[in-house]
Parts: sequence; C-alpha cells; structure tokens
Amino acid sequence: MGNMVQFKRDAIIPERDSGKPPILECIGLGIDFGGLTAVDDFNLTIGRTEIAGLIGPNGAGKTTVFNLLTKVYQPTRGTILLNGIDTHGMNTVKANQAGIARTFQNIRLFSSLSVEDNVKIGLHNQMRYSFWGGILRMPQYWSVEKRAHEKALELLSIFGMEDLADSRAGSLPYGAQRRLEIVRALATDPVILLLDEPAAGMNPSETEELMENITRIRDTFGIAVMLIEHDMNLVMGICEGICVLNYGKIIAKGTPAQIQADPAVIEAYLGRQKEA
Amino acid sequence: MSFLTYLIRGISLGSVYAIIALGYTMVYGIAKMLNFAHGDIIMVGAYVCFYAVSSFHLPPLVGVFAAIVACTALGIVIERLAYRPLRQAPSLAVLITAIGVSYFLQNAAQLLWSSNTKMFPSVTGNASIKLFGGQLTVPVVTIVTVISCMVIMVVLTWFTDKTKMGMAMRACSEDKDAARLMGINVDRTIAVTFAIGSALAAVAGVLLCSAYPTLVPTTGSMPGIKAFTAAVFGGIGSIPGALLGGILLGVIEIFSGAYVSTQLSNAIVFAVLIIVLLVKPDGLLGRRVTEKV
Amino acid sequence: MTVKTKRLTRIKKKNLVPYAVVIAAYAAVEALGALGKTSSSLRGLLVPVCAYVVMALSLNLTVGILGELSLGHAGFMSVGAFTGVVAAVALEKAVPSAGIRLLLSMGVGTACAALAGLVVGIPVLRLNGDYLAIVTLAFGEIIKSIINNLYVGVDGGGLHVNLLGGADALNLSADGTTIINGPMGISDIPELSTFTAGFILILVTLFIILNLVDSRGGRAIMAQRDNRIAAESVGINVTKYKLMGFVLSAAIAGAAGTLFAMNFTTVVANKFDFNTSILILVFVVLGGLGNMTGSIVAAAALTVLPEVLRKFSTYRMLVYAVVLILVMLAENNPRFKLFFARLFHGKAAEGKEAAENG
Repeated sequence: MGNMVQFKRDAIIPERDSGKPPILECIGLGIDFGGLTAVDDFNLTIGRTEIAGLIGPNGAGKTTVFNLLTKVYQPTRGTILLNGIDTHGMNTVKANQAGIARTFQNIRLFSSLSVEDNVKIGLHNQMRYSFWGGILRMPQYWSVEKRAHEKALELLSIFGMEDLADSRAGSLPYGAQRRLEIVRALATDPVILLLDEPAAGMNPSETEELMENITRIRDTFGIAVMLIEHDMNLVMGICEGICVLNYGKIIAKGTPAQIQADPAVIEAYLGRQKEA
Repeated sequence: MSFLTYLIRGISLGSVYAIIALGYTMVYGIAKMLNFAHGDIIMVGAYVCFYAVSSFHLPPLVGVFAAIVACTALGIVIERLAYRPLRQAPSLAVLITAIGVSYFLQNAAQLLWSSNTKMFPSVTGNASIKLFGGQLTVPVVTIVTVISCMVIMVVLTWFTDKTKMGMAMRACSEDKDAARLMGINVDRTIAVTFAIGSALAAVAGVLLCSAYPTLVPTTGSMPGIKAFTAAVFGGIGSIPGALLGGILLGVIEIFSGAYVSTQLSNAIVFAVLIIVLLVKPDGLLGRRVTEKV
Repeated sequence: MTVKTKRLTRIKKKNLVPYAVVIAAYAAVEALGALGKTSSSLRGLLVPVCAYVVMALSLNLTVGILGELSLGHAGFMSVGAFTGVVAAVALEKAVPSAGIRLLLSMGVGTACAALAGLVVGIPVLRLNGDYLAIVTLAFGEIIKSIINNLYVGVDGGGLHVNLLGGADALNLSADGTTIINGPMGISDIPELSTFTAGFILILVTLFIILNLVDSRGGRAIMAQRDNRIAAESVGINVTKYKLMGFVLSAAIAGAAGTLFAMNFTTVVANKFDFNTSILILVFVVLGGLGNMTGSIVAAAALTVLPEVLRKFSTYRMLVYAVVLILVMLAENNPRFKLFFARLFHGKAAEGKEAAENG
C-alpha cells in the first residue's frame, strides 16, 4: 500500500496518483425513494489506481451507492464525475461503456452459457463486427472471434480458470462463480471496478488469495477498485482509502488506521459503551 | 336509447368476463401460472347445466348447482394431476401442460357431446323488463348477470380479507415457502383456490350461455382468452383489477361492435389492451414488483 | 502470457447435427419418391412439414434464444402468406419463371413480416414476460381480424387495397382480379412451393440461426435472456438486441408463411389463428428450448403423426393431449423423471439422479 496524500476537496488519494485527476468523484450525491432518503450528501474522490473500501453496517446504503454509480438508479441530487465526465443522464449501458464495471451482491452470471462465453460477453463492445457480418461469417468474424477467444482465456488465467472455459457457468462452485463475475467485469475494459462483497462465503485462505488477486489486477491493469466488504481483514489489508457509511450518510473517511481509531465508526459497528 | 342498451349489454358481457377473469387472476396470484384450461372449464359447466335441464328436466337452479359441483371437482382433479406435480417446473412447462389440459377437455367434450350446436336454455328465462316507460328493454338475464358479478366480487373480497383461508391464500401468493413455514397447508390452499376459480367458471359458463345460447365444445375458448386479457389489463393478481378489466373489456367490445364494425370488434378490444399496457405496463391496478439489484 | 487456445472446430461439430438430420430426411424422402414408395397423402404433407419446421425454428429463436414467450407468432406467418401470394399473383405476367417468382414472393413475405415484427416488437419488448405473452397474443388476433376484413385486388392500374369495403369497393377494371377477398381469403393461389424449396428454406434458416447463436449478437441475446441486469452492466444494449432477434424471428416466420400458402389453392386468415400459434409452441417446447434439432424433429413428427393416425381420428386429439401432458410431467417432475430413468436404465440411473440433485 502506498502513502495517501491530500487532494483538493478534502479528499485523500494515493501518492502515486497525485499528479493525475481522480478517476471518480462523487459530489453531494443523494437519492430519495419516495419519502425515504437512502443516500445523502455522499462525497468521495478515488485516485486512478486506488483500492478503496466502502464499509458500513447492513442497510447502510452501500449497494445503493454502487447502483447510483452504475446508473441502475438515477440520483435525485449530486454529480458523478467518471474520469472527468459527468455521467448525468446515462443509463447502465452507457455507464459501462464510459468505464465503470461491477459485480453483484447476489451472483448474476449468464448461467446457461459457458464460462468462456460469459467472458466473451464482457468483450462484446470491443469486438467489431456487425450483426449480419456475424451471421454471414464475414472475414472480420473469424479474426475478431479468434482474438476474443485468446483474450477470454487470458483473462480467465488471472484466477487460473482457463481449464473451466467450456463448463456451464451455472454448474460452477460458488467461489468460482464469484471469480468469474470479476473476470467478466474486467473484460469490459473499465477504468474503475466495483466489487460488491467479493469475499462473501469465502474461507480465510480463499480470502487471502482474493486479496492477492485484487492487488494484482490493480497492478496489471492500472485501474482503480472500489469494494464493498464486511470482511475487515480484507478491507484493512488491501484498501488504501476507506469510506464508512451509516444510514445513508458518510460517517468517516480515511486510511485504515484512521478508520479503526474513529469513535463514530466504532459506535456504528459495536454500539456505544453503556455508562458505567 | 340505443347507447344505453349497448352500455347495459356491455356491462353484462363485461360481468361475465369479470367472473372468468377472477378465476384466472386468483390462480395466477397464488400458483403463478396461467391456467389455459380455465376457458374450457366454463364450457364444461355450460354443458353440465344444459344436460341437467334438457335431458334430466331438472329446474334451472339445480342445473346451475350441478354445474358448480362438476366444475369444482374437475378443477381440483386437474390441479392435483396436472399442475401440482409441476410446482417447481419452469413456467413454460406448466403453460404447455395447461394447453394439453385445454385440448383434452375440448376433445373429450367433442367425443362425449358431439360438436353439434346445442341451444342453451337460459337459466333466467327469456323475460325482459321495460324501463323508462317502455323505451328501454332489459333482458332479465342481463340483470341477473350483473348482480351475480357484484355479489361474487363482494363475497370474494370479504373472503380473502376476512377469513383464515383467504389470508392463507394471500400469504401463499406472496411467498409460498414462508407460508409453509408458518404452518399453512400450501397444497390445500392452492387446491381451494382452483376450486373457487372453477366454481366461478361454472357460473360464468351458465350466465354466458344464457345470454348467448349457442353451445359447442369451443364455446369457452374465446371468452377465456378475452377474460385472460381482461385480467392482465386490470392487473394480474388483483381482484378489483379483474372486475375493472372485465367490465371495461365487455363495454369496449360491445361499443366497437355497435359503432365501428362487428368484424373488427375483437381487433379493437385487443388494440385497446395493447395501448393500455404500453402506458401502464402492469395493468390498470397492477402493482409493480421491482427487482432488487 | 502463453495460454493454450482450443480450435474452434469443436463448436462447429455440434452444429452439424441439425443439418445432417435435415439433409438425411430430404434424401430419404426423395429416394423413396423416386422408387414410387411415397403415398400421395405423404407427398401432400411435405411442404407443410417444411413450413412448420421453419416456423418452429423461428419461434425457438424467440422463445428459446431470446427468452420471450410469443403467443401470436402465427400472425407473422399470416402476414408472410398473404403478402407473398399477392406478390406472386401481381408478378404473374412480369415473371414467368416459377422458381424466381417463388423467390421474389418469399422475399416480399419475409420483408413484410419483418416490418410487422418491428411494429409489434418496439412496444412489446419493453414489457415483462407474462404481459409480453398476452400482447403478442393480442397482436396475433388483430392481424387475423385485419386480414379477414382486407380486400386486395390487382388490375392494369396496379394494386388496390380496401379495408371493410368488400370486393366491389376495390373498383377494379374489367381485367382485374381480386386477390384477397376478406374472410374468403385467397383462392386460386399459384402453387409455386416445392419440397426442394422447403428444404432449402430450412437449411437457410438453420444457417442463420445457428450462426447467430455463435456470434456476438447471439451471445448478447442469450445474455439478456439469462440475466438482463447483468447484460446491461457489461454494456449490452438489451433493447436493441431483443428487437433484432424478434424481427429476425418474425421475418423467418413470414418466409414460412409464404411457402405454406403457395402449397394450397385457398388460404384464409383463420388458418393462422391462436391455435396455430399454440401448435408451433408445442413443437418448440417438446423439442426443447434452444434445441434446433429438437424443433425440427418435433415439428415434422407432430405434423405427420396425426395424418398417420387418421384411422384413430376420433381419439387421436385426445391421445395427443394426454401425451403432451405426460411428456411435460416426465420432463419436469423429479419423481416422474426417476420413474422413467429406472424404467430405461435400471438402478444405476437412480444413483446418478440422486448425485445430480443432491
């Protein structure tokens, strides 16, 4: 983990990213569902190669923030700047094309398709041949498909899954399915990867492996990663900046050391100590 | 006065559709399946009543009662044999099975009762009453139909809101597994739902054929389709939706037949349905169930 | 990074099966015909079988690949049938060659059905499953109603079209002919369809569908079928691909309709009603969703079988219905599956079932 430096707007980003603009900026982000304010005054800045953590008790609004960033919901107020571009009015498809990819809390794979096809679908927008060009098997089809096949196996090898390429995605064990979701998201060539509870259901050694893989992904692809997690070993282990959410509002932001010592965070997770 | 005549006729036809739609909507709400065979149960009810009255010379009310008993039994048997084993199956498989049951009923009827058109003797007689000093003639069957529909709606709403079985039905339509864990006998609840739906189909069949007396094995098919669209139109799973959808559909059908063209009345009915669903994709009174991401 | 890459031939091998089945069937029928061993009733079924096979393939594209239940697919067949025949009659003098006229008519039928598919698809594909089914049913009925009230004629001045007016409202000159006569449909159809044409149409359809499935467009379509939200999250424009798949499916159905119509002297709109849509759906589900070979076999078998069983015709539809129910139960109910597995494979199958479902 590198050192964190101050960025404008009272945010911290990794030192190695300090010369460049942040990859993601949320300014005053908020959403109301009818009378319920699910997220309010959400301000966050993430450096270009930062691994950031979003934590908080259940129901705090973490997945809602992910849904706002990926445009599953349109924000009621506030701005999202992705790589400097205002994502206002974009839908999920455009948001992904702009460079934001995600995994889901409940696995969403294309279960009837093969593992390789799941990854190839992530490569969809980088494959350049037309609908009818594909059906009529024009020359571009062959060259593009071959490259996609190679690229898909290459991506699967991050997790050592290339031998599973022909297996039906729905038949994979749980851990492999989670990893496949990450590979598929990576295939879309994002600038920031959102992981929603990637370690859910994993044992400690799998979690260790996941931590190494996430760091390696960040180093190899030069992208930022933001993850929602409940596993504190993972969060404190690889996250450089952490944002703590409770009841839809940020209660603390900082490095792992700062967060662990923050009384508001402790209170949110453990409750206030009773008066003696 | 012809506008009023058409309106009344539309409401009457709509009431029949509403009663049929109720059966569809209740079964869909609880078993999440489209009971394709529902329209053919209507036909069976009409035939039972027909034979009870014509061959056995029983009074019409007994004929209606016999139809209700027969259809209720039929509904329970079908559910037990064809649908219950497929509770966990994909919905397309259940739909095809329902289609199989529908074909079975139509062809069995053809074998048993032949496809010669039977003239159904109206259970309410053929009298009409005159209103507004003789300017408006309303057949008794129309009045009986509309009143029956209203009564059924009231009773059914009371049943689902206030009785234990009604609550069980509502619980099962929300979450079968949770209901089972709360000690509700889900199988029995579903069977009761089918029984009620089929009983309603019998009533609808008798009322339909009293107003439109030609009876053949395929009589139930088109009203079944239309009532199904009415249920969707009103919001599938919603009881007031079935009433609203049914009445509206009947009125639109009669009016478009009267004022535009009888040949195109079906097309207009379906076109209205499409337009409504485009504007309100869950039907008029349907609830949007948002998918959690 | 060196990674082993497989050859792509393995995928293509699986796709050869449907082609092989179709070619083998065609060859067998032609051989039997040359030996004089085919009955006239069988020969009369050849074109309808081809048409139903293509219809089943097109519906399988919508239901199996796209994942949407369409209950009005016969409507597209109908559009293809009627527009195709109108073209065939209108071109009678301009294009004397039967084969080319058939080709052009099928082109017209396909294009019109594709247009119908676009008109239906744009509003419909936004709806969710059950509502989509009902709206496609409604559209099928609307198409049937419209054609039943449509009057089309051709004379020296060109094409005359009229809705609800009756044949006289067409104001045709003396040498003109009424082609579509409202509820009477079309009579005196030029019978241009041949078994060979049907065979070629099946092959072309297979080529299009199987190649689609194995391309990025097909993968996008199947992805949205499996998980729409995930597909959008990886940048797939779901609406665009659903529409393209649906329109393609409608177009293929239109071609089937043209082929079908030009096998008979008369055809009426009621022939392409809800019951036909359901019939095709049964073929598709019985053959297996997404399974092209299954659709071919089911469509062919279930079209030929009722004719073969004509002797038992009083009970045949009843038996058909019972078999349908039993097959659905056998495919989908675990206890039934176990029963049949035991019946055919003995106790070993029981262990396998238990392991798979454990």
